Amino acid sequence: MSEYIIKNGHVFDPVQGIKGDKADVAIKNGKIVKDSEVSKSAKVIDAKGKTVMAGAVEIHAHIAGPKVNLGRIYRPEDKLFTCTPTHGHERMGSGNSIPSTFKTGYEYARMGYTTAMEAAMPPLFSRHTHEEIRDTPIIDEGAFPVFGNNWFVMEYLKNREVENTAAYIAWLLRATKGYAVKVVNPGGTEAWHWGLNCLTVNDPVPYFDITPAEIIKGLIDANEYLGLPHSMHIHPNNLGNPGNYTTTLDTLKIAQGIKPKNKFGREQVLHLTHTQFHSYKGTNWGDFESGAKEVMDYINKNKNITVDTGNVTLDETTTMTADGPFEHHLTELNHLKWANVDVEVETAAGVVPYIYSPNISVCAIQWAIGLELALYAKDPMRCFITTDHPNAGPFTRYPRVIKWLMSQRARETQINAFKHKDKVLSQTGIGAIDRELTLYEIAAMTRAGPAKSLGLSSMCGGLAPGMDADVVVYNINPEKPFENPDQIEAAFSRAACVFKSGVEVVKDGEIVSSGNKRTLWVNAKVNDNPQVMRDITEKFLKYYSVTQANYESLGHSFVPNPYALEVDATQ
Amino acid sequence: MQPSEVEKMETVTISMKNVPALYLEADNVSPDAFAGKTSAQIADLHVYEGNTTGKLGNYFEVSGNAGATAADTKIVVKGDVKRVKYIGMKMSAGEIVVEGSTDQYVGAWMKGGKITVKGNVEAFAATAMRGGELIIEGNAGNYLGAAYRGDWRGMSKGTIHVMGNAGSDVGMYMTGGEIVIDGNVDVHVATHAEGGRIIVKGNAKSKVGGQMVDGNIFIFGTIDIMMPGYKYVDTVEQEVAGTKAKFAHFIGDMGERHKTKKGQVIYGNLYTRV
Amino acid sequence: MSKKITDVICPFCGTLCDDIEVLVSDDGKKILEVYNACVIGTEKFMHSGAKDRITRPRMRQADGSWKEVSYDEAADYAAQVLAKAKKPLMYGWSSTNCEAQSMGNEIAEVARACVDNTAAVCHGTTLIAVQDIGLPSCTLGEIKNRADRVIFWGCNPAHAHPRHMSRYSIFPRGFFTVKGQMSRKLVVVDPRVTDTARMADVHLQVAQGQDYELLCALRVALKKEWLPDTVAGVPKEKIYEVAEILKSGRFGIIFFGMGVTQSLGKNHNIDEAIALTKDLNEYTKYSIMPMRGHYNVTGSGEVLAWQFGFPYSVDLTRGFPRYNPGDSSSIDLLNRGEIDAAFVIGSDPGAHFPISAVKHLAHVPLVCVDPHITPTSGVSKLHVPVAFNGVETGGSCYRMDNVPIDGRKVVDAPEGMLSDEEFLVMVRDRLKKIKGVA
Repeated sequence: MSEYIIKNGHVFDPVQGIKGDKADVAIKNGKIVKDSEVSKSAKVIDAKGKTVMAGAVEIHAHIAGPKVNLGRIYRPEDKLFTCTPTHGHERMGSGNSIPSTFKTGYEYARMGYTTAMEAAMPPLFSRHTHEEIRDTPIIDEGAFPVFGNNWFVMEYLKNREVENTAAYIAWLLRATKGYAVKVVNPGGTEAWHWGLNCLTVNDPVPYFDITPAEIIKGLIDANEYLGLPHSMHIHPNNLGNPGNYTTTLDTLKIAQGIKPKNKFGREQVLHLTHTQFHSYKGTNWGDFESGAKEVMDYINKNKNITVDTGNVTLDETTTMTADGPFEHHLTELNHLKWANVDVEVETAAGVVPYIYSPNISVCAIQWAIGLELALYAKDPMRCFITTDHPNAGPFTRYPRVIKWLMSQRARETQINAFKHKDKVLSQTGIGAIDRELTLYEIAAMTRAGPAKSLGLSSMCGGLAPGMDADVVVYNINPEKPFENPDQIEAAFSRAACVFKSGVEVVKDGEIVSSGNKRTLWVNAKVNDNPQVMRDITEKFLKYYSVTQANYESLGHSFVPNPYALEVDATQ
Repeated sequence: MQPSEVEKMETVTISMKNVPALYLEADNVSPDAFAGKTSAQIADLHVYEGNTTGKLGNYFEVSGNAGATAADTKIVVKGDVKRVKYIGMKMSAGEIVVEGSTDQYVGAWMKGGKITVKGNVEAFAATAMRGGELIIEGNAGNYLGAAYRGDWRGMSKGTIHVMGNAGSDVGMYMTGGEIVIDGNVDVHVATHAEGGRIIVKGNAKSKVGGQMVDGNIFIFGTIDIMMPGYKYVDTVEQEVAGTKAKFAHFIGDMGERHKTKKGQVIYGNLYTRV
Repeated sequence: MSKKITDVICPFCGTLCDDIEVLVSDDGKKILEVYNACVIGTEKFMHSGAKDRITRPRMRQADGSWKEVSYDEAADYAAQVLAKAKKPLMYGWSSTNCEAQSMGNEIAEVARACVDNTAAVCHGTTLIAVQDIGLPSCTLGEIKNRADRVIFWGCNPAHAHPRHMSRYSIFPRGFFTVKGQMSRKLVVVDPRVTDTARMADVHLQVAQGQDYELLCALRVALKKEWLPDTVAGVPKEKIYEVAEILKSGRFGIIFFGMGVTQSLGKNHNIDEAIALTKDLNEYTKYSIMPMRGHYNVTGSGEVLAWQFGFPYSVDLTRGFPRYNPGDSSSIDLLNRGEIDAAFVIGSDPGAHFPISAVKHLAHVPLVCVDPHITPTSGVSKLHVPVAFNGVETGGSCYRMDNVPIDGRKVVDAPEGMLSDEEFLVMVRDRLKKIKGVA
């Protein structure tokens, strides 16, 4: 395969501790190798005066699956006048907040993202998720099946049967080609199947009589019992409500004292996602204020947790989440079209458009909270940048979020443009922060950190020899200060070149190859568990609407290029 | 504006010489696209027939130069343009006169200026209108002044006057502006509207004001079947579109959600002439 | 000797029963028996073994007769037709698998065509309503496990989705519905006294064309507001009573079909039904679900949506996707004379479209890909028979509640026959060559 050497760039690699030194990066047979290992015929990429990082890793976005597609189907207006034509290597592209699968791959690649995780996959629909992943070019992807409202999980954990839960998780990950244990509004989404909810970690789930706290604790224990690459990944109860930061802290406290157990270099036992939506103080939308400091104080002190931000980008976008009751609540607030899908035995999903207007003080405060979280983070290897795409904003705004984080001037410009600037300054701490994140910290928050949290630190997120050759060159010269912070946004929007697994896929912002993307999934081996197998068979016979054979038979045509991370939990 | 500037309006005349076998998409026939161009440059503008791209000059005889800006530009369209779509799409100023009937999307997404069609138009005229004036001397097809699919933000400003009849789905998701129809109207008037005014001098069929949150509808003629969500309140005298008359006043749609202002619920209003 | 294949998916209607068992001959060529399927499903499997099946493409001659051609020649012709056309229409897709649908999309993109599926004559209006107001819904297992109020509005599952009531909606004993049908109250809204209506606890014989008014009245009744004495032929007392029945349940579901999607009001009927469902969620838990017809029309909508952004009536002629039924929808395109070539697959517009549209189909170069002889193949220039999807080939398909299932192959197709996907790959490759595209 091809050999490349990217010469004279300023390398930012937290995996190797390189903080902008000039260094060469050599690629051979799809991997990063030592400079000395490539021949003289290696193609030279001149990165002089440019920044070199590993390919970025998206830890949480809604980009493939039934609720994403429901969003596409029900929002033709999301595509009006903004579609892109077929050209060169690109298929037609469409969709602003919910791009088509082709556009999703191209736009991530253009920004230098090479791996992405679909944040919530309803297991019954996993085939659909994988068909969309297959049709998303270039980027490696994985998908997180949801477990927090699953009948098997609730029944086992009510009796504290961690081993059975682990056996079920292993079975389900294999049946759905899933990557991790995702938990959304634990217990509350099952309550939603009756129109109810669980707003604190102690609210019992109707009929199943288990609390969210018990579900969370049990799933953390099962995850560590298995030693999975990623930790339990949670969207806590009470999302989006003023005062919910207490629910968030109650959730995080469940992880206290639990040690990670795995062979993938993962050091956390809980990943808290789109933290912005869970960091609210106040009692109503009138006295609504930021709880970012309280939440980040706890995160900073507790090293067995990682978080991602969920930054608001001030766009018209589409919310979509497995937190069904939240979406119903949102449509009652903004009266915009509401889609909902309750999934038998497993979970639910809701979709509602939302406009984060800079003229509305609540939206402006949300914007500030998202940035505060990253700016208060003491360890950028444990705090990652996301927009919970498309909930807080489209992923194509990552360059803009990076601009705000790297430039206080850019933040000030935005704050001055708010209609209710005074409220933003009084209800949040954003005005007092002068910290500007460095390129090294951005590399940690968008590459090395998420890769490590996902258990992929040997594969991606860094530029050490032996890792996948996912390499990005940006038109940023770290030795020249920015005249205008918009240059940061421009540079991160259109990479000078992107390599995915050693294949050049982007050149000067243009797609030059669709690559050969892989679907990452986790194959966990457990001891035989006849009890769990019997329970599975029984539930399919009685409560599911498809047969067990059809649920399990995930033909490999849906996952044309699988990459399994093997886990042995049979000790 | 100075009097001398008013006289600066330039007229471009385009005459159909080559009726397309299929249909022509003429989104470039607008004062905004013509502004600042000579007739030769205008003839070079793209038009689309299916998946082929052609030049305006292949289908139309073009004479006259455009004004410097859209506001200074008047376009006269002659000949058989019954198979031409999108005339006046997205225009922001200036004037268009179509001297016959034309097809779909006339003035769709227009923000300003004036369009007069001396014939009929097909569906989707003035989609999501944001301002300006549209006059149709003949009949209008379905979805006059309606929102684009899926968008809750329909016509918000501007005026439409149809001298003939209109089709179904007039003013769907309307939030402002005014539509006057001299003739009759088909089913579904002001569905989902949250504002605006629709006046029908002729008769309506049914499904008038369905799911309306706010807005005003005046029907001078008959309504075959009233929506059950409309409750009679009183009889009032009003001057509407130049006519003074007595109207039975209904509020509704009572099945739909409504906003409150200062403690008072705001309903949509349906007036039928008595 | 014979072998039994289990967990087979029936490729006929949107109920997509996946518990079918098929007994096939040992050599895998003949279906002997079908178990568990309804009459329609059984026939779908059995008729694939018909002796008079055509097994090779055939081209219409100048004198009106047919001449057999090879699949190669057929693919050549189809590619030429698509390459030359200024606005071709690629229609149907509902009786084929997602793999074929995806290949069709690729062809449509290269040809810069319009792509449409049978939602155009069926639940396309539902999709328009969903785009205007949303869709509170659920999977069919939820109905089985929880529903105690079931409404069939404008549909007759006893005839059109025969196993729906026994597998999902009325008879099953689910987790929270251990008394089966005794746990549920059934309301049927239909101007006719159908077999489904005969089972109902309440049958509202709505006046034809006034479903929109009746739905509005139910929403008014929920709010306890004033109603006129009669709405849509139903006395107001009955309307208030039914509103209470709906409200008093703990989990309700409204199923609906052509009775409301293709009668006066169309998408507005569905819009108002969805609004009613949304209102009911203020009191209890309600969902609404379209009774999709073809077994994989849902799949076509899903694939079109994730690849182009819209679920049907997609216009790619300008090089990027556009959508607006009334403009980009098949019947309008045909009636208005907007298209100059057609490629029909996995459907029968010749039988289901208005005659004015079929006349246009007959006058343009028409390629018909279908194992059957149909009114569409009857007016086509090229008829390409292919293997029966879901019987002779597997492939992905989507149920009426959007649940994806992997179809199974149970027998071989007749010797030398290609599948949809194989033929479409040939067309795509030839088209790309003609267009000079990599």
